[in-house]
Amino acid sequence: MKRRARLVLEDGSIYEGVSFGFDTNSDGEVVFNTGMTGYVETLTDPSYRGQILVLTYPLIGNYGVPRETLHSGLPHPYESPAMQIQGLVVSRYEDSYSHFAAEKSLGEWLIESRTPAIMNVDTRSLTKRIRERGTMRGRVVVDGVSVQKESVDMSRVVSIVSAKGIYRYSAPTPSGKRIMLVDCGVKHNIIRSLLNRGVDIIRVPYDFDFGSEDMDADGILISNGPGDPKDLKGIVRNIQLTIKKKKPLMGICLGHQLIALAADGDTYKMRYGHRSQNQPVKSLIENVSFITSQNHGYAVRRDRIPPGFMEWFVNVNDGTNEGIRHKNLPVISTQFHPEAFPGPTEAGILFDEFLDLL
Amino acid sequence: MERERSFPKSVLVLGSGALKIGEAGEFDYSGSQALKALREEGIRTVLINPNIATIQTSEGMADEVYLLPITPQFVEDVIKREKIDGILLSFGGQTALNCGLELYDSGVLSKYGVRVLGTPIEAIRDTEDRDLFKKRLGEIGVRVAKSRACRSPEEVREAAGDIGYPVMLRGAFALGGLGSAIVESESELNDIIGVIFSMVPQVLVEESLKGFKEIEYEVVIDRHGNGITVCNMENMDPIGIHTGESIVVAPSQTLNNYEYHMLREIALRTIRHLGIVGECNIQYALDPNSDDYRVIEVNARLSRSSALASKATGYPLAYVAAKLALGFSLTDLPNKITQKTKAFFEPALDYCVVKVPRWDLEKFAKVEKTIGSSMKSVGEVMAIGRDFLSALQKALRMIGVGVEGLTVRLWSMWTSERLSQMQVLIESLR
Repeated sequence: MKRRARLVLEDGSIYEGVSFGFDTNSDGEVVFNTGMTGYVETLTDPSYRGQILVLTYPLIGNYGVPRETLHSGLPHPYESPAMQIQGLVVSRYEDSYSHFAAEKSLGEWLIESRTPAIMNVDTRSLTKRIRERGTMRGRVVVDGVSVQKESVDMSRVVSIVSAKGIYRYSAPTPSGKRIMLVDCGVKHNIIRSLLNRGVDIIRVPYDFDFGSEDMDADGILISNGPGDPKDLKGIVRNIQLTIKKKKPLMGICLGHQLIALAADGDTYKMRYGHRSQNQPVKSLIENVSFITSQNHGYAVRRDRIPPGFMEWFVNVNDGTNEGIRHKNLPVISTQFHPEAFPGPTEAGILFDEFLDLL
Repeated sequence: MERERSFPKSVLVLGSGALKIGEAGEFDYSGSQALKALREEGIRTVLINPNIATIQTSEGMADEVYLLPITPQFVEDVIKREKIDGILLSFGGQTALNCGLELYDSGVLSKYGVRVLGTPIEAIRDTEDRDLFKKRLGEIGVRVAKSRACRSPEEVREAAGDIGYPVMLRGAFALGGLGSAIVESESELNDIIGVIFSMVPQVLVEESLKGFKEIEYEVVIDRHGNGITVCNMENMDPIGIHTGESIVVAPSQTLNNYEYHMLREIALRTIRHLGIVGECNIQYALDPNSDDYRVIEVNARLSRSSALASKATGYPLAYVAAKLALGFSLTDLPNKITQKTKAFFEPALDYCVVKVPRWDLEKFAKVEKTIGSSMKSVGEVMAIGRDFLSALQKALRMIGVGVEGLTVRLWSMWTSERLSQMQVLIESLR
């Protein structure tokens, strides 16, 4: 028998539904994503750590959850080893999935992952409320349940999702190039995208002193990740040293924000962020535009583009900053996700652009 | 707003033509949108359309309306008389596109200095000619169904062996599916090949895609190569059933992220490679048991599916396509819905759209009452719901055959092998 459950928001509003995940209460920041596919990739994206995720697309679960297959030691199509969210809120959930790659239902996976989920919620009115009031904290409450999912301290969330040790990955067809990947909660497809381009990877934890010890890597990539970039002073210092050494450097999402901070730019918290697969961005330098995959609640201030840098990409919808690049040093950085997964794949050419800088 | 060259002065729009099965009112909508888009730029518009019962021929839509058949001879007369210097071919369905190709080939367009706006003629030709199409997609490693034209039973046997059983045999130059069959083995082939050659002079041997999912994407692309897929759609019936006969759902319901974006990426790569400017439709067959796919076809024009996609998403496809044909870019054109953002965006739906065809077979004596590869429906209903079931129920109710929706009795028939035979289904309810 399914239990009744509800989402209670910070502003006192309550959204009723039915539990279809693990029966536990849970706290987190409530955010929404508008992607129409890709719940497996989204739920395992470490940038969602600590958040209760609302999916605006109303039919969730149709294609089930796939078998894990290992590619270069990484489970495919999972973006990290585990489900990351604090809770899931959907409109319609489909338990009887249909897909050749599926081995279980989304509900079963949520239960295994000890993550609560609510269905039959009016996600349209919920999303409208978040858009009006801005991102809020919220709580999933399941009727008759006293268990509480451990809440996440957002000021140290990167230390939770970052790899604990140093890992090395070898490209299937090596080009001889090697990148040090600073893991702030990296999505697997960043690793896959580099390996597929023949790049070997040294993946280091977020607190590794890559500014002084880069293990002779040809370039440094600062990954995506959750939380406020201003909580990560150590990485900022290491980025400053890296730029000083004129080492090739790329940032994605949180990595982009950190590069901006390191170069004397500024970041701010957005009203409700960009979490979708249809964000249009336009280059101010070349004549190109992409539809991009995004997941961020903080952004780089356009009126504080760091000295020495050019604004590279802007969002066509709301004009927010989407990328910067240095005028003469090999430093490039984007707010959106060139690795996609979920989402459109055309911005993948930015990895090629980075490799050209090595 | 930036644009490449000066606008033409007088643009001829080839209209929707007569209403008949397979060529319906969708093109009235797309032509009307195109006229509106042109007039906004102060361009003089001339429309040819023999169908008086259309919106586009109403007063105030075009500056001049000619109620004439869309055939090369009449179109040439109008071009001459109206001093036309630009023409839109992709807003009147296949008839208009074919007429445009003929006018180009016979030199009429160059004789009168008429510029084809939007997708160039070469790109249209690449999508219309089967061999060119295969060659062009092969250049970028995009998969199309293997096929070979054969003139003798021996050639057919050899081709079937190379392609691998089961194969689809199609009689060339034949209408109504004459001479087509799926054969599973060489002995089956030997049984029927003689009969087929007694009916048709040439047989096309194709790899069979029976049971593959049929998926479509609507693509919009500007002259800079900025491209979006406005919407994808999944046919409830697999390959082999005409889209016009199938229940169609938007967005796709059974594709995961990898499949959705693999097909999206192939769509954009293919359309850029072909050099299309404006709107087009790409159709795929997708293996339900792997991520293997084939591109079935590309329609370098507004189509039945684009009309559906336009209504399903609110994205004004025909209007935007006409603006792109004039040289505007997607990142400059405003989004007509929000008024704040640009046309360079992909709608993210928070609902589900179901299209159900409407048949009227009582009017046709002796017609086969099952659905297949030719279109027999005379109209369709589109319903929007917050989930698939509610949208389907609404559509079934609104189709106007007295059905309450999908009831228990209907469900039991549905799950039998008559799964896709909507006509049987709906008649059974009366």
